[in-house]
Amino acid sequence: MDIIVYTAQLCKYFGSFTALDNLTISVEKAEIFSLLGPNGAGKTTAMKLLTTLLKPSSGDAFINGVSIRKDPFKVRSMIGYVPQMISVDGTLTGYENLLLFAKLYDIPSKEAKQRVKQSLEFMNLEDSAHKVVRTYSGGMIRRLEIAQSMLHRPKVLFLDEPTTGLDPLGVQTVWQRILELKKQFNTTILLTTHIMEEADKLSDHIAFLSGGKLAAAGTPGDLKKSLHMKGVTLEDVFIHYTKESADSERSFRETAKERKITSRLG
Amino acid sequence: MKMSKIIRFIKKSLIITELEGRKIFHDPTEIFTRAVQPALWLLIFGQVFEKLHPIHTSVSYLEFMTPGILAQSVLFISIFYGIAIIWERDLGLTHKLLVTPTPRTALVLGKALSAGLRAIPVIIIIDLLAVLLNVPLNWHPLQLLAVLIIVITGSVLFSTFSLIIACIVKTRERFMGIGQILTMPLFFASNAIYPIDIMPDWLKVLSRVNPLTYMINALRANMLPAQAGVNILPDIMILVFISVILIILGGLLYKRVII
Repeated sequence: MDIIVYTAQLCKYFGSFTALDNLTISVEKAEIFSLLGPNGAGKTTAMKLLTTLLKPSSGDAFINGVSIRKDPFKVRSMIGYVPQMISVDGTLTGYENLLLFAKLYDIPSKEAKQRVKQSLEFMNLEDSAHKVVRTYSGGMIRRLEIAQSMLHRPKVLFLDEPTTGLDPLGVQTVWQRILELKKQFNTTILLTTHIMEEADKLSDHIAFLSGGKLAAAGTPGDLKKSLHMKGVTLEDVFIHYTKESADSERSFRETAKERKITSRLG
Repeated sequence: MKMSKIIRFIKKSLIITELEGRKIFHDPTEIFTRAVQPALWLLIFGQVFEKLHPIHTSVSYLEFMTPGILAQSVLFISIFYGIAIIWERDLGLTHKLLVTPTPRTALVLGKALSAGLRAIPVIIIIDLLAVLLNVPLNWHPLQLLAVLIIVITGSVLFSTFSLIIACIVKTRERFMGIGQILTMPLFFASNAIYPIDIMPDWLKVLSRVNPLTYMINALRANMLPAQAGVNILPDIMILVFISVILIILGGLLYKRVII
């Protein structure tokens, strides 16, 4: 068993608020790992720490053995990240979005062009490659974003709510592409989601966060069994482990942001 | 080792500039809308003041103010650049850029250089207006190149300043307010439309610490035949020095915009 992502007592405080409290998890190579939990549980904070956007208050995490605290620059070259929000430029074409990011990841220009072409084909976007991204559908934008974050063949791909705001068809195609990425490139994928069906369908392992703490972890099957009832769904598991913090307040800015994304992608 | 680091830094900055440049290419309307303001200043304000002659200048008033208006346009384009940074943050682009293995200072410089890119059409427009208004300009290629370099340096300086403010205030509403507060004082406390000699003493002091003044000095020396040969090296050095300081500061603050 190869561990590729490992967090050790990872903590993040914002003033007196504890966003993440002693998180210790490990993710195996080439698996899909989902972080679940209510809003404000610390999922996005965990992801921002692992992608080096935030610095831990205490504890550390290692990606492919490299500390996010000591060498964030090296970590960045090994990971791909698709934020919750839109991360491709609407005024550029799909092709340009990919090409410029390939250059930012130091891929030599000849190879960059080839990889961009392959990525567009892999994501079924070759017909729209030279159209401005503003004209894309929500599902196409998500696929382009995933393609963009895979150009440098990252060891770990972070997806923050990859299907939020997509229509059912968009959701299906994104799921299919995520599974295909794991199969073809052996990419380790760490994702957050609110959709239990998504977590159930995609994940090899799941961790439930609640109030910044790890509430439970395991395979979807084991987690369901842990409730000792018949016909348990992942939704039941979610409610069981995260009940206490379900009514915790969330910031206005966060809510507004989420609604905005939904309307933009829709 | 060091050299390759510097080359990589410049390369990465230019990739960011290319990204921004391609955006302008896809939607060039902003270039035309930006031409309106300098045209109004030169065609109306300039023409009227030329006739009234209320301010004594060593050259004709229109000649005096043409470099000033170029600098003013650069200032106005650059000082609101932070809005784009906040907008990109709201979208998610900033997060994505920060997760790439790109030095933060290269992101800042790349974006700042693209403000310079946006200012290039303004040079052309103001030169055309000058021809239209019979303002004698220095057309020597080296002088034109110098003007280009000064304009780009000025754009880098003011857009980085704007980026720093954006990283501190973080919302568009607050930024708009501060942008308004800053532009006019920077403009009026400079020698863009009147010489420093006629300013009250307190304003003279302000104009001396205003980077716009140094930019205008450098532009006048290169654009006006009457001022050819004036040593502008100190002006340029001041502009570059402030720019470097601001870029380093911007690199340190850039990630704050997402928190």
